[in-house]
Amino acid sequence: MNTVWALANVVVLEMVRRKDFYVLFILTVLLTGTAGSVNLFNDRSIVRYLKEICLLLIWVSGLVIAITCTARQIPAEREHRTIFPLLAKPVTRAQFLLGKFLGCWLATGLALALFYLFFGLVSASREHSWPVANYLQAGWLHWMMLGIVIAFTLLGSIVFAAPSSNGTICFVCSAGMLLLGRHLNKVALSLAEPLQSLLYGLYFVLPHLELFDVRDLIIHNWELIPWGVVALATLYAAAYAAFFLFAAWLIFRRRALN
Amino acid sequence: METTLSIENLRVEYRSRDLGESTKVAVRALNLRVGQGEVFGFLGPNGAGKTSTMNVLLGFVPPTSGTARIFGVDVREPIARQRIGYLPEQTYYYKFLTAEELLRFYAGIFQIPKAETEQRIDAVLKLVELDHARKRQIKTYSKGMQQRAGLAQALINNPDLLILDEPTSGLDPIGRMKVREIIQRLKSEGKTVFFSSHELGEVETVCDRVAILHQGELKTEGRVSDLLREHSANLEQIFLNLIGFTSQP
Repeated sequence: MNTVWALANVVVLEMVRRKDFYVLFILTVLLTGTAGSVNLFNDRSIVRYLKEICLLLIWVSGLVIAITCTARQIPAEREHRTIFPLLAKPVTRAQFLLGKFLGCWLATGLALALFYLFFGLVSASREHSWPVANYLQAGWLHWMMLGIVIAFTLLGSIVFAAPSSNGTICFVCSAGMLLLGRHLNKVALSLAEPLQSLLYGLYFVLPHLELFDVRDLIIHNWELIPWGVVALATLYAAAYAAFFLFAAWLIFRRRALN
Repeated sequence: METTLSIENLRVEYRSRDLGESTKVAVRALNLRVGQGEVFGFLGPNGAGKTSTMNVLLGFVPPTSGTARIFGVDVREPIARQRIGYLPEQTYYYKFLTAEELLRFYAGIFQIPKAETEQRIDAVLKLVELDHARKRQIKTYSKGMQQRAGLAQALINNPDLLILDEPTSGLDPIGRMKVREIIQRLKSEGKTVFFSSHELGEVETVCDRVAILHQGELKTEGRVSDLLREHSANLEQIFLNLIGFTSQP
């Protein structure tokens, strides 16, 4: 486990010392600040729309940070040849992949924490209340969802050599699942066989990322989700992340490095 | 003398990705044995199979057939790499880390206790003369300094076997001399050094034994002094002769 932590620590340090995260954060701060300063028609419910826009920004930023950070990990190790002195040490390929996954997931978690903290402060300043438990549930499920995306992107970075193509594919797939995932079964009904069975199959096999999107908890101050359901969702995310990591290891374990 | 590294009937093939292209044999029927405390020079022109052999020793490439062992352990087992240090040719390290952080990271992989880690970092940074720049990010280092940082990471676990792939490549004469001094110092400490180099003068000075590889085949192997006496020539002439190079008049 020490090896996995050591690897993860380097990934987190890399994110902290790179500029991409700060650019996204400053952009979100500026957009949120600008939107928050507007007082349209003296409408108090306008705050909800602002919250919706800001949370959408956080979701897009979260996806961008998770995918770009993960997609470059293995290609950069190969391009800069840092993978050679690393794997010349007693590091197994499984530890290497786990370390990269853990690092990207923790780095994304740190970024999310900062985004949600900022958003919470702005929101509390307008609404004079801060339902911390709602923020915790929404943030936690968001982070779990990104765990699946990170594992999927790591698998993609072994299959596709170029980080840009991998990043694009992963972003399209993730956004596609978030937007269309819940409608796949309805679309399947309108199709003829064998497409119907194929789409139904995909509906049951693909990870339903949209289940983790509980932004309404914060926007409308809805009642908390039962903690047992949150735990089940966490297990669901862990199972998919483990599946993608296992697939990545199967491909990577015997790959020649030269 | 105890065997540190042994290679038996090693064959390495690379399958071409292009349709219709045949399989390329990088190393064929290679047998080698390196004893404890030896400085062993692994020589050959570009494409001779040196890096492929090293890649097998380090577990980067699986052998097509044959075996390679380090300290008696099959190189496919990660534990075989616990007592080795490796310096690749012209590697760029994590540029956003300082030398100190880089070494702490690698020490963590070897699970060296914290107090010992700090002692090892101090010792290797002094040895490679990077102590003054230990808190600077590697991206600010010159090429020579990066190579010395590489040497430091190869030494962090106090290895019994060092595998160096062209350690003086791209270094100025002072940098080369420093690397040579470090190799000689390691030899005096009883470490085994296995290194490839194109600098034959340097190999002649530093190595106890050499092996010359050409087109994946071992052309000769032996003590440097014996080879020089047998051929009545310097190592460069022996090398050129063995690879079939004839100079144009």
